[in-house]
Formats: sequence, C-alpha cells, structure tokens
Amino acid sequence: MNPRRGLSLLLAVLCGLVVGSGARAIDPAELPDPTMQARYEELIHEFRCMQCQNEALADSPVSLAGDLRREIRELLLAGKSDAQIRDFLVARYGEFILFRPRFSLRNAWLWLGPGLLLAFGAWVGWRVLRERESLLASDPDSLEDEVPRP
Amino acid sequence: MLPELGEFALILALLLSALQAFFGIAGPALGRARWQDSVVPAVAGQFVMVLTAVGCLVASFVNNDFSVQYVAENSNSALPLFYRVAALWGAHEGSLLLWIFLLACWTLAVAIGVARLRQAFAVRVLGVLGVVSFGFLLFTLATSNPFLRLDPAAPDGRDLNPLLQDPALAAHPPILYTGYVGFAVAFAFACAAMLEGKLDETWARLTRPWASAAWAFLTCGIALGSWWAYYDLGWGGYWFWDPVENASFMPWLVGTALIHSLAATEKRGLFKSWTLLLAILAFSMSLLGTFLVRSGVLVSVHSFAADPTRGIFILIFLIVMIGGAFSLYAWRAPALRSKAGFEIVSRESFLLFNNILLVVAAATVLGGTLAPLISDALHLGTLSVGPQYFGPMFLVSMLPLLALVSVGLHAKWKRGGVVEARRPILITLGVGVVVGLAVFVGAFADAGWLTPVGIALGVWLILSSLIDPLDRLRRGLSLSRAVLGMTVAHIGLGVFAIAVTSVQSFTHERDIALAIGESAPVGGYQFRFDKLESVDGPNYDGVGAQISVLREGALVAVLHPEKRHYFVQGSVMTEASIAVKPTRNILVALGEDLGAGRWSIRAQIRPLINYVWIAALIMAIGGVLALSDRRYRTARVAAERAAAGGGSAAGTAVGEQGA
Amino acid sequence: MNRYFVPLGSFVLLAIVLAIGIRHSPDKGLIQSPLIGKPAPSFALPDLTAPGREVQASQFSGRWYVFNVWGTWCAECRAEHPALVAIAKSGVIPLVGLDWKDDDGDARRWLSELGDPYVEVAADRDGRAAIDWGVYGAPETFLVNDRGVIVHKQIGAMTAEIWQRDFLPLLPRRAGS
Repeated sequence: MNPRRGLSLLLAVLCGLVVGSGARAIDPAELPDPTMQARYEELIHEFRCMQCQNEALADSPVSLAGDLRREIRELLLAGKSDAQIRDFLVARYGEFILFRPRFSLRNAWLWLGPGLLLAFGAWVGWRVLRERESLLASDPDSLEDEVPRP
Repeated sequence: MLPELGEFALILALLLSALQAFFGIAGPALGRARWQDSVVPAVAGQFVMVLTAVGCLVASFVNNDFSVQYVAENSNSALPLFYRVAALWGAHEGSLLLWIFLLACWTLAVAIGVARLRQAFAVRVLGVLGVVSFGFLLFTLATSNPFLRLDPAAPDGRDLNPLLQDPALAAHPPILYTGYVGFAVAFAFACAAMLEGKLDETWARLTRPWASAAWAFLTCGIALGSWWAYYDLGWGGYWFWDPVENASFMPWLVGTALIHSLAATEKRGLFKSWTLLLAILAFSMSLLGTFLVRSGVLVSVHSFAADPTRGIFILIFLIVMIGGAFSLYAWRAPALRSKAGFEIVSRESFLLFNNILLVVAAATVLGGTLAPLISDALHLGTLSVGPQYFGPMFLVSMLPLLALVSVGLHAKWKRGGVVEARRPILITLGVGVVVGLAVFVGAFADAGWLTPVGIALGVWLILSSLIDPLDRLRRGLSLSRAVLGMTVAHIGLGVFAIAVTSVQSFTHERDIALAIGESAPVGGYQFRFDKLESVDGPNYDGVGAQISVLREGALVAVLHPEKRHYFVQGSVMTEASIAVKPTRNILVALGEDLGAGRWSIRAQIRPLINYVWIAALIMAIGGVLALSDRRYRTARVAAERAAAGGGSAAGTAVGEQGA
Repeated sequence: MNRYFVPLGSFVLLAIVLAIGIRHSPDKGLIQSPLIGKPAPSFALPDLTAPGREVQASQFSGRWYVFNVWGTWCAECRAEHPALVAIAKSGVIPLVGLDWKDDDGDARRWLSELGDPYVEVAADRDGRAAIDWGVYGAPETFLVNDRGVIVHKQIGAMTAEIWQRDFLPLLPRRAGS
C-alpha cells in the first residue's frame, strides 16, 4: 500500500478509534491568572489538532494535543501575546492549524465572500423590486385584503 | 439464503426503477398511454422489492448471521436486539439501503397522493423519482453491496460502534434521511413542471405540503443529531460546523427558502423561477451532502469510511441529476416570468429578500465547507476553516434576516402597508431592545455586543409573530392551520435565537481535578466528588462517579458520569451525566484517573440549552401544522375535479377561505 | 437569457473542484510543512544509547543528515525500519533518530533487536523537540543540508523507492561525514 495512504489511514483509524470512543480531552491544567486562563481557553479552541484533524486542541485526546496545550500554557506564562502564540504554531505546522484563517490575499475570497455575496444579493433584490413596482401599474388583478395572509 | 434473496430483490428493484424512470418520462413525452399506466405499478413493485431487501438485511442482523460481511462489521451477539436492528444504518452500505428505502416510501406516498390528478404530470414526477432511485440502487449494487458474504463466516461480529448504541442516535439517521430524501419530491415536482413547460399556482399548492413535510423531518433530524452530540459525546458541545453537519444544514437553509418562495408562487404566481431553482437546489444540497460524507474528499469526524471510487460514482450521479435539472432550468425558466407587480415594501419583497439571504447563508456554509478543496484546486495552499469562521460569517446574513422577518410579518401582499403597521413594529422592537439590554446589563461579564442583539432579535421575532394572530382572534376570525403553523414556526425561530445567544454567551465550563471528598466551584455552583464505583452493562463495564452539585450549600443535583469500556471493540467511552433544570443544564463528564485518587472532571453549566432543541421541535410542529391546512386537501379535490373536467387546473379558486 | 445559465455554470465549476478533490483525496491527511526551506530547529536532548550524554544539533553543522522521528509504539515505524537500516548501510548520509514520546528501555531493546541505523539517537521524552520540527504523526523523516536548512520532509513510512525518488536526487555528489 502506498505509504502516504498508509499513514493517513493509520491516523484516521487511530483518531477514529479514539474519537469514535467518545473520549475527549478533559485537561484540568489551569493557569493561575483568570484573564490568562480565559485567553488559554479561547486559544485552545482556535487550533486544529493535527492528528485528529477535525477537532480542536481543546477537545482532542491524543498526546500531541496535550503537548501542544502544554506548549501554549508555557508561552502564555512566558508573557507571549495571542498573536505571538499563533505565529509560533503556524511557523511549525502551517496555516492549516488555524481554524480561523488569517486574512491574506490567498484567502481573501473566503473572508470577503459572504459580505460580497450579500451586497450582490441586495443589489439583485433591489433591481427586482424596482421592476416589480413598475409592473404594479399594469397589474390587472387587485388584492384588497386588509389582513395579511401567509 | 436470505442475503441472496435480498440482493436479488435489489436487482429487481433496480430494473423496476429503470422502467419507472423510462415510462415516467418518455410516456408523457411521446403520448403513450400504456407506458404512463405502467408507472404506478412499477413504483409499487419497486417498493415491495426494496422492502424485501431491507427485511432480509434486518433478519440477518436479528439472526446474528455473521456470514454477511456487513453484519459481521457492525453487530455482535451481545448487542441488544434494538441496536441490532438499528445497526442496519450503522455504516455506509446499510445507510444507503436506508436512503433507498425512504425514497421508495416517499415515491409510494407521492403515487398515492398525486396519481389521480393530471396524470401526465404525476407520471413525470414518478419518472424523475425513478431516475433518482435508479442511481442510488446502481451505486449500491455496484460499489456498496450490503449483502456481500464472508467465507468462512466470522465467529462473531465487530460490534456496533459504541457511540451509535444510543436511542437518539439510532433514531437520527432515519429521521434525518426522511428529510433529505423528501426534498427529492419537490425536486421531482420541479422537473416535471419543467418537462411539461408549465408552472402555475396549482403546482405550487400541490408542491408545498411535500416540501414542508421534508423540511419538518430535516429540522427534527438535525436537532436530534445536535442533541445527541451534546448528551452523549461527553464534552457538552452541540454544533461544530463539521462538514457532515454542514451537509445537513445547507439543504435545510435552502429548504426554508423553498417553502417561503412557494408561498409567493402559490399566492400570486410570483418567483416561479426562484421556486424552481430552490426546489432543484434543496435536493442538490442533499446529494452534495451524500457526496461529501462518502467520497473522502473532506476530513470529518463523522464521515463514513471513504473511498474515491465511490466518490467518482456519486460525482457522476450528481452531474447527471443536478446538471440535468439545471439544464432544464436554463431551457424552461425564461418562459415562466409572471407579470405581477408589487410595491417596494410588501410581503413579496420581504419574501424575496428572505430567499436571497437564505441562499447567501447556504452559499457561505458551502464555501466554508469546501474551502480546503477550493484552495487546493486553485493552488492557493492548504486552507482550514472552523467554527471561528462559520459563526461570524453565518451571522452576516442571518442577523439581517432575523430583523427582516420581524418586520415582514406585518407586511401585506402587493401593497405592503408596512407604514401603517409601524406602531406594532416599533413597539415590539422596543420591547426586544429593552429585554436584550436588561439581560446584558443585569447579567454577567464577558457578554459581547452579540448578546443583547441576539436576545433582542429573538424577543422581537416572537412578539411580531403573535401580533397578527392575536389581532385576528380579537376580531373574531378563526385561525387557519396555515396561519397557526406559520406563527408557531416563527416563534420557534425566535426561541432558537434567544437560546443560542444564551448558550454562546453564558456557558460556564471548567475542567477540574478532584479527589474523593474534594469540591471545586464552577459558575456559581460547587461540584463535590462523592465516590467512585464500578459499573456493569450488557456489553461493557467501567467506572462511575457520583458528583453532587450544590448552590449556596443546598443540594441541586446528584450526577453519575461513567467511563465505559466496551468489550468487543475495546473502546472506552465517556458517558456524561446531565441534570436538566428548567433554565439550565448541568453537565459532568469523567476524564482520567490522574493518580493519587484524583480524577479529571469536566463541569459545564449551559443556560437555556434545552430550548435550542425545543425550538427546533416547535419549528417542525409549525411546519406540520401548516401543511395540514384544509386548503391542500381542498386543492387536491379541486384539481381532481378540474382534471376530470379535462381542462388544466384553475389558479386561485374564488371564495376560498384563508387563501 | 444568460442569467438562467448561472446555476448550470456554477455547478460545472463546482463539479470540477469536486473532481480535483477526489483526485487529491488520498493525500488530504498530509499537510505541507512550513519548515521546508527554513533552518532546522536546534536541539539538545539526552542521548538514548549513552545516558548522561547529549545529542546536539551543532554536532551536525556543515554536514548533510537525515532526521527521522520514530517511536516503538508506532507500527509504521517498525515497517519502515528495514529501509532505514539499508540507507544507513549505504553510508551515503548519516541518520539521526528522534525517539518521540517513548520509553527509553523499550527503545533501546527495539534498536538492538531490529538494528540501529542511527549515528545518534536523541530521546524526546516530553515531545517539545518534535513540536519544534512540526511533527504531527510518526514516522516523519527530514533531509537537512550542510547549511542546516531543511530541504525535504517525508510524512509516513520511508521506503527504498521514496528514498531513490525523493531524497537521493537532492543530495550533492558527496554528502556525508
């Protein structure tokens, strides 16, 4: 079997067994400072577990996730900012580890897409409204209901 | 013997579906009456064959026939009977068979419900459904046969995934698939109309109950899945924007647009091409979901074992069905434009923007789900997208939509009258804002700006939904089921908005390490670890903890989370224990033995989370109420009479109540 | 007229994306490393085979080397081991091993049973070094050049074929000690 396939299969099986078993990362390690703890909790939800690829570091029970959580705690205690912690992980694992892609030219379509679609939709809608309003003059049947009906 | 019988039945079903498809489409096209007459018998025959196949597979499970590979992979002699039956849809092959079975059920229902009117149209609908059946049956027999034998037979089975050994999750696929597959009916209605080249208000009135029914089932199916994830996965999450979850959500969004667009088409013959497009899109999203889940192109916690061959097959099927339907659309839709007009601010315009916003929302979810694929295909690198993307982007279209619904409910057909209604609009808005701010100010730190907005929108929506019905009751008018259904469904949406806002803003969660006798504070409660004991089940054993939850010294709940070890698969599962209170849920899950008598424990308090699923149920009930409205039965009778009279069915009947 | 073709057109684009997705799907679990072309992380870790000694990145400065991450708990690592032994025997380039999150005793036994292809083995007991190398699933194998830059990464088991096809062409005529 192609080794690449083999590895992804292995990872999938491992994660499937682990994830499929319903085990989740219940990691009681905490930081002394409540603000830092809050930042920690936000951050561990922002990163993807690279082994079980559709789970956050917060939820993944594999040992790599535990190691990365520990790493994040240590970086926080060392006074790093959230952005520096993100940079640290992206430098090692690539953009794939982020659940919220950092805005760049390459993913602009993703972040701007919904807004642009909305604007486009609103424009289309507006044009239809104008057209239908002008058709109203020539509309033969009249609905004089006083009460709106579904 | 039984498995071979089942396989043979599937082959017969395949042949019958081919006949159903061919006669259904070619019959009316070529005017062959005998062909058209053969369609309903083909439908009935296919149903019987599929039922036989399902029966054979169920029997194989019940009898523990481990010579059938699918049974050996998904069952076990120690598995309780209920789950042996539910194991039918535990993996890819069986769940496909479930798809096919539900499609056969819907087809039969359509044949019974529609066959007596406009025979050519009904036969076309059944023909299109036959094409869909054919595709799925061919896919199953060619790549995913559940009746494959093992030789020699396995001594015992690999057991059903313990995660699936749960009543809610056993019920989730049948209900969800009923919704998914149900949109095939609206799709077939749309294709039949396009093949005929004719689409009028009667068509809309015929289609609407079917679309609403599929939508109601899908609503329940999604909610069931979310609820199960919350109480069974042990970590208290209920929605993760996972590709498979999104695959069910996209048809729901488009389906919602569809049932609303049908309202405008039914009432004023408007938005015909929109409605056609939405009917095609809703089922396309279902098919796309099937593709994403089974082809292995996306990484997901939920997906079935992936196989590119299956992916290719489904993709070809997608191209044929969706490409075909969109081609029909490009051909026929231009001729369908109506000449009706409406004011810039009117019920129609709100429905138009409802369509637009829901489609934008569905496109947003689709874009995010496919982002890794798109980025890879365009060589833009590996991209990854998670809840931190979907949440905000989804709100871009959803927040405006919620606001528009609250205003739109007051709008009248054609000439709006929103300005006249400005007092109830502003009063309901005002109440919403006040409640939103009160919650925001009165409660808890770290609520962001979304919290008062979400609550205000939800309250505004609930109040707006009540204005018109209360007004009618005040004037002594009766409420038709359609109006009642609409009101209930919109109230459900408002409840949903409030519940989700509350959960997202005010959840308290902490992982703590406790030894027996110790307690720790979480979110205003004290969690005390009382004792640990062993647990025993039919196919598992493990440990269970007793955790007492106190608030200001008084006992609020006693919880019993467990960690189960399932014998056959050797997997370990966390069973969370949840205390359900009227306004909040308290969840406790057992983690790891940390040594020295200490265990890690997750404690989570989620206010109003039950209302997320109750709201979904309310919405589904609204849908069912609406589709049971008298006028749909009246419509059928009127259409039957018109068909018997030989002419094409009339549009809006004069003097009809609650049009 | 043309706006009615928008759905069909969009769908065609989507189908193309999906088809490409199917073609690439076997590789979807394998993530491109951002460290290719960047300096290899430095490390100073306990030597697995000589307790008390340290293995340091600086020992290899100026030399090409292969950095292989493995563990006794990893089935694919066992599968690739013969290929690594063969590469070591060819004497073309030194192999440095990183024993990832493993038990020292198990690891030493494994090497004595299956053969030791490594000139040095570092024990990464807590996984910090592996994180620095962006490791997310064993086995992983890196090729580092004489200027300390990572030039290639193999995710998954090494085979003779992969060595010939992907690694050898990158080596200069005279690599190694």
